[in-house]
Amino acid sequence: MSAADDLKTMKIRSVLATDCGSTTTKAILIELKGDEYRLVVRGEAPTTVEAPFEDVTRGVLNAVMEVEELAGRKLLDGETIITPQKGDEGADIYVSTSSAGGGLQMMVTGVVKSMTGESAERAALGAGAIVMDIIASNDGRLPHEKIKRIRHLRPDMILLSGGIDGGTTTHVVELAEIVAAADPKARLGASYSMPVIYSGNNQATDLIRERLEDKTALTVTDNIRPTMERENLMPARHAIHDLFMEHVMAHAPGYKNLMAWTPIPIMPTPGAVGSIIHTIAKRNEIQVVGVDIGGATTDVFSVFKDPSGEDVFNRTVSANLGMSYSVSNVLVEAGLENVMRWVPFNLDESEVRNRIKNKMIRPTTIPQTLQELILEQALAREALRLAFLQHKSLAVGLKGVQQERTISDTFEQTSSGETLINMATLDLLVGSGGALSHAPRRVQSAMMLLDAFLPEGVTELAVDSIFMMPQLGVLAEVENESAKQAATDVFVKDCMIHMATSVAPIGKGKEGGKCMKVSVALPEGKTEAFEMQFGTVRFVPLEVGAEAEVTVEPAGGFDVGLGKGKMLKRVLKGGVVGLIFDARGRRPFALPTDTDQRVAKLAEWANAMGLYPKDPRELV
Amino acid sequence: MAHAYTPGLRVTGWTTIVKERRLPLSGEVMVQKGDRVTAERVVARTELPGNVQPVKAASILGQHQQDLLEYMLKKEGEAVKKDEAIATAKSFFGLFKTHCLSPCDGTVESISTVTGQVIIREPPIPVEVEAYIDGTVIEVIPNEGVIVETEGAFVQGIFGIGGEVHGQIKVVVDSADEELTPGHLDGDVEGAIVVGGSKVTSEVLRKAAEKKVSAIVVGGMDAADLKNFMGVDLGVAITGSEELGVTLVITEGFGRMAMAGRTFDLLRRFEGKKCSVNGATQIRAGVMRPEIVVFEGVQGDEAAEKSFSMSEGLQIGSPVRVIRAPYFGGLGEVSGLPPELVEVESGAKVRTLMVKFHSGEEGVVPRANVEMIER
Repeated sequence: MSAADDLKTMKIRSVLATDCGSTTTKAILIELKGDEYRLVVRGEAPTTVEAPFEDVTRGVLNAVMEVEELAGRKLLDGETIITPQKGDEGADIYVSTSSAGGGLQMMVTGVVKSMTGESAERAALGAGAIVMDIIASNDGRLPHEKIKRIRHLRPDMILLSGGIDGGTTTHVVELAEIVAAADPKARLGASYSMPVIYSGNNQATDLIRERLEDKTALTVTDNIRPTMERENLMPARHAIHDLFMEHVMAHAPGYKNLMAWTPIPIMPTPGAVGSIIHTIAKRNEIQVVGVDIGGATTDVFSVFKDPSGEDVFNRTVSANLGMSYSVSNVLVEAGLENVMRWVPFNLDESEVRNRIKNKMIRPTTIPQTLQELILEQALAREALRLAFLQHKSLAVGLKGVQQERTISDTFEQTSSGETLINMATLDLLVGSGGALSHAPRRVQSAMMLLDAFLPEGVTELAVDSIFMMPQLGVLAEVENESAKQAATDVFVKDCMIHMATSVAPIGKGKEGGKCMKVSVALPEGKTEAFEMQFGTVRFVPLEVGAEAEVTVEPAGGFDVGLGKGKMLKRVLKGGVVGLIFDARGRRPFALPTDTDQRVAKLAEWANAMGLYPKDPRELV
Repeated sequence: MAHAYTPGLRVTGWTTIVKERRLPLSGEVMVQKGDRVTAERVVARTELPGNVQPVKAASILGQHQQDLLEYMLKKEGEAVKKDEAIATAKSFFGLFKTHCLSPCDGTVESISTVTGQVIIREPPIPVEVEAYIDGTVIEVIPNEGVIVETEGAFVQGIFGIGGEVHGQIKVVVDSADEELTPGHLDGDVEGAIVVGGSKVTSEVLRKAAEKKVSAIVVGGMDAADLKNFMGVDLGVAITGSEELGVTLVITEGFGRMAMAGRTFDLLRRFEGKKCSVNGATQIRAGVMRPEIVVFEGVQGDEAAEKSFSMSEGLQIGSPVRVIRAPYFGGLGEVSGLPPELVEVESGAKVRTLMVKFHSGEEGVVPRANVEMIER
């Protein structure tokens, strides 16, 4: 049997998995305990792709050493990870993801920006890339401006698409000529040719080869948009993953060694997170939105069913919305007023600007005071809100065509050109990343998700406990049943923390007017019944794993998912916060415009939810 | 456990400074190993391929793209002048001619019969790399550049804008706490590296640019003032290419902040001496901070240099500076390193340390919120 066959059939006893992030390398150790897999420990160390080390394996070894210390288990033999497990030493399999060095940065092209351009963007994003720019024949820029842009950005890879099969070749060839004229140099070293994937009109393939084969490392795949009605993103996505390994990662410092340690290709971190979110949606047959708010970027993932009942997966990355390196950009994009609308006290504008810029220049610092924490969480709400807006605008059906859905991959789209995101049918909202995973109180994470995403009707809220979705995502990709079970077990039992189930009626009322009557039949036989006024929010404790039968009678103009004024009776799951009843309004959700009223309202909500150890108005 | 400290910014009176000076693509190295160079000396140069300008020739001529070659007056590789005809088509039995003119001087890069485009490449753009510091060439990287070494004082700032400049240090304030005002620039400051105290405003920076000051080095600045001066609100700290007439280095942070005493004293010690300043900042993976390198009149003091090693990590007695509220800017020494997680006011349980401040006060600070400073 070959090594690959061995891997397919082996019963895995332990897994060592790392995620090489842009600043930190995180390692986790998973072991089989009885008949289930559990997380044992997590270790971390600074990532070492930069001088003076310039070798990613140094950071991996340091993180693994921390895991060794914490777990009291030998995993390294000198500078080699022991695989498979021998006695109590080593781990059966080692896997890794990477976003070090800024992750995979791509440019894509299309003939019409909103058609093939958008398809190419979705293909690249779905593969875990950051899309630096979309060059399209109709993007309004002059050819020399496009050429300058390609040269300036120095992407890791270019996805060249355009045209439907058998259509006109002129425009896509023009795009190839622009790429050839730019003669782009790859970001990670001048010693290799720029990888270019051609997945456009198949009639133009020879013309594209003539223009690009000598100047670039050209790969040709099937058209991502073979007809106007069909999108076929998987071949391009696979090519992106292969080239990420062969060209980009192989030239990053130390990756050749790292690649030799693992039997599974190293995945881009967001690709792995997308994979695990998609797995949850499929396994539970639910509609999911996931978000990972990092220091530099915010990724949003969604799986929604289209009218024919098929899953549609989408991922977007907001490259400059994050909580450390990009925090100042959140202020720039959201505007001071939008940030301050979440702050329950008054602060001088100049002071706020200085604090945010100080975080930008010292991105690794953390808020020590409550006032600073509240300001950071206000920024997080805006980063999440803006990233989600961007996601909604890209997670759309194919534009301008009638519906036809035939391809089997998960990236296909419906037909309308409208967003696929429907907050009223969303089942689960999962948050990840420092601002959400490490908030001092889980209720703060729950409220950040509620305020930024505004889920409607009934929605479960969860958070990644210690940010290990990337490692579990790559583990789920291993062709081995026990590896997939390990990823699922750890995800359910150790990674995902159920925070709450929220009930939020759609509708707008008068402040203090009736919104809904609620009755919660708690597991111990007690029933809690109350009436909620418009503009209020409260919670009922219900622990993780417990369930309660909840009856909600919305007032006339409000809808909890079954229609205006229709009663909802449903068994809801608890969480570390419990059940949240949000009568603050949807479509629209609005905050008072008067500063004093807004501050009073925010403080009222914060106090009702137990967000902070004290009334936030006392902080100034 | 892995270390959780922010390595501090370097502020040292004597050190060995090594700078790699590389061309963006291969070219000619102008100096040899062992050569003494000054900051202004060109050490390598090359020519960047010129920009390309596509011309929709077939459409200008009103002809089918497949037939474009018939109308071309210039072949691929031929030189052309701006407004020179590169293709001509005749109509009405030769009575009318339509010319397709070159938009620039250059050479014909390619002619496409698929798209009907002709691509003209502009003349090469010369690129030169200067030594940046006075020093010795210790290595030549063939066709790419050199490595220059010098001994000097070295100060890193926390944030800056603008590119590389040279000049003589001119301290115009009396103390590190004094704000820089327009009046401080009334004297002869052209070409100088002006050192201020706790704060600079956009008004002062504009005056500095008018008076051709090379660089301003100051403790702090209001973020709103930076926006005002730059004309844009900076979203991500990646700077260095701004052309605002003056390079700026902020040593402490945003707001009014007295320059650290050690930094101020060091710069004052080198009053009138030549230095190089680079405002370029990149706060990303591979962080890059702005810097001031003084290589004139520096006395070697190896002992002082060796006494500081960041690799030791934080220890009891390590001098630190707090870089976040509530003790922002506070200087002191580490007085305790509790191994367990400690709950701070925000409610977060984090790794902390105790700091004994110079004021005598003692405080608990998250380890992520201090930076090590040199003794």
